[in-house]
Amino acid sequence: MSLRQKIALTASAVFFLLPNLASANEKRLVLTGSSTVAPLVLEIGKRFEEKNPGIRVDVQSGGSSRGVADARSGKADIGMASRALVASEKDLFAHTIALDGIALIVHSSNPVKTLTTEQVKAVYTGKITNWKQLGGNDKAITVINKAEGRSTLDLFLSHFKLQNSEIKASVVIGDNQQGIKTMAGNPNAIGYVSIGTAEYEESNSTPIRLLPMEGIPAKVEQVQSGSFPLSRPLNLITRTPPQGLAKRFIDFAQSPAVHDIIKDQYFVISETKGATKK
Amino acid sequence: MILQFRQQTNRQTRKDALAARLLALLSFFAASLLLLIILFLCIQAWSVMRLETLLQFVQSDGWHPSEGKLGMLPMFWATLAAGIGSLLLAMPFGIAIAIFSLYYAPAALARLMNLIINLLAGIPSVIFGLWGLTVLVPIINQWQAPGASLLAAILVLALMILPTIAITAKSSLAAVSPMHRQAAASLSLSKSTTILSVLLPPARSGIVAGVLLALARAFGETMAVLMVAGNVVQTPHSLFDPIRVLTANIALEMGYATDGHKAALFASGIVLMVLVSLSISIAYLMDRRSHANI
Repeated sequence: MSLRQKIALTASAVFFLLPNLASANEKRLVLTGSSTVAPLVLEIGKRFEEKNPGIRVDVQSGGSSRGVADARSGKADIGMASRALVASEKDLFAHTIALDGIALIVHSSNPVKTLTTEQVKAVYTGKITNWKQLGGNDKAITVINKAEGRSTLDLFLSHFKLQNSEIKASVVIGDNQQGIKTMAGNPNAIGYVSIGTAEYEESNSTPIRLLPMEGIPAKVEQVQSGSFPLSRPLNLITRTPPQGLAKRFIDFAQSPAVHDIIKDQYFVISETKGATKK
Repeated sequence: MILQFRQQTNRQTRKDALAARLLALLSFFAASLLLLIILFLCIQAWSVMRLETLLQFVQSDGWHPSEGKLGMLPMFWATLAAGIGSLLLAMPFGIAIAIFSLYYAPAALARLMNLIINLLAGIPSVIFGLWGLTVLVPIINQWQAPGASLLAAILVLALMILPTIAITAKSSLAAVSPMHRQAAASLSLSKSTTILSVLLPPARSGIVAGVLLALARAFGETMAVLMVAGNVVQTPHSLFDPIRVLTANIALEMGYATDGHKAALFASGIVLMVLVSLSISIAYLMDRRSHANI
């Protein structure tokens, strides 16, 4: 076969096969909403597609409010929200698939054992700048904050009732790992990361320590039982009690078949399995 | 026989013409991709391309997209400071390496240096970032907290652009006509005078072109700077201030941005393209001049 023939053959193969792939008769399930939940649902969706050939799970992020709005208007089959439903949304149905919790961390050599909510706020707004003011060493505090848009930042800000512009950060990080590495290299730093990540790193002798919040130890179990203050549910939202394909997907997302995916993304498995609240 | 020969050349020219057309098509395709990318950036940034928002980029105090504050100027200054700072640091070393390996080093040592420089050029930027984050930043931190700073960014970037400067400086020095050297030798000029007054001047524009290419790379570097610079949006006032450069800002926030925030990120991408294109165009002009000189 000459080169020209080969090229022609390849070209025609591309031309004729591509449309076939695209137009294959597929059932689509559209999910929109929280950018925290979206990466998790994307992975769950991939596994769901593997187990159910011919079904496509389409995941778009755009914030929890969009997830609620799209579920209500029917633009999406299922909405995604990284919070519980509020009073004005009680006409919808929330299905918890996982929990998200964050822990404040300090270097393991730091003598400070606990901080009050007011102290954390003062540190992050630059009113307290030295560990001595908190009963620690005479060292300047390195404040680690998260970059705009991260779910951990949103949860942190809403819990401490802060605006991001009020925070006086020394270092801004992207992902949890960058935070852990910055922390490990700086004995005077304070930061916050997903509780799953922090617990894993602490048990792997990374020199970090998780601070208790309001007297409650920062542990995955505390998030699971709902007693840890810095936590929130990750919900799938539907307008009606789920039926058909949506029901199959929600059941799958709440089943043990996806527990490894939840753990991989440093979220916490919801103890009340299949929690479906109106 | 002549007829046969003519047929052959005919076939040859036809093949050539076909190859030329194919090559033209491919290069046109590559060039139009760049135009498409620029077009894409402009379309994505269109919603903020109005006078009041553009003014806001310059006037707003700070970058807080969730609160609608989109001040980009601190990141612009930070990008310039990190790029030019690393250049000032890497330039003397790079040119020194070029001169030393060409004119002073014994052949074996010169070969070894070449190898190391080429190796340095091939190290992925994330490795530099990891090294910076786990080694360099803690060292600077012992000196001046928080360690993640403009200085860390400059040091890591200098290391990354050093090979570009050394390699281009070396090739422009090597391209200087041997006649210059012979003439200098016949005047029995000393080695240092030969290098400084005879060989460097004609190579200068080539070296400057390489330096500007390195600057473009420093402006465009993302991962390594993201890991070591601290990423706090502020105008740098000292070497120890944590800074955020434009590329790091796009990388940090693009995955999570929507609407106006996203458009602002694309707009900062345009600013970055302009900055990089400017340094590359000047480099190109300098390079043309250097060929004219030699």
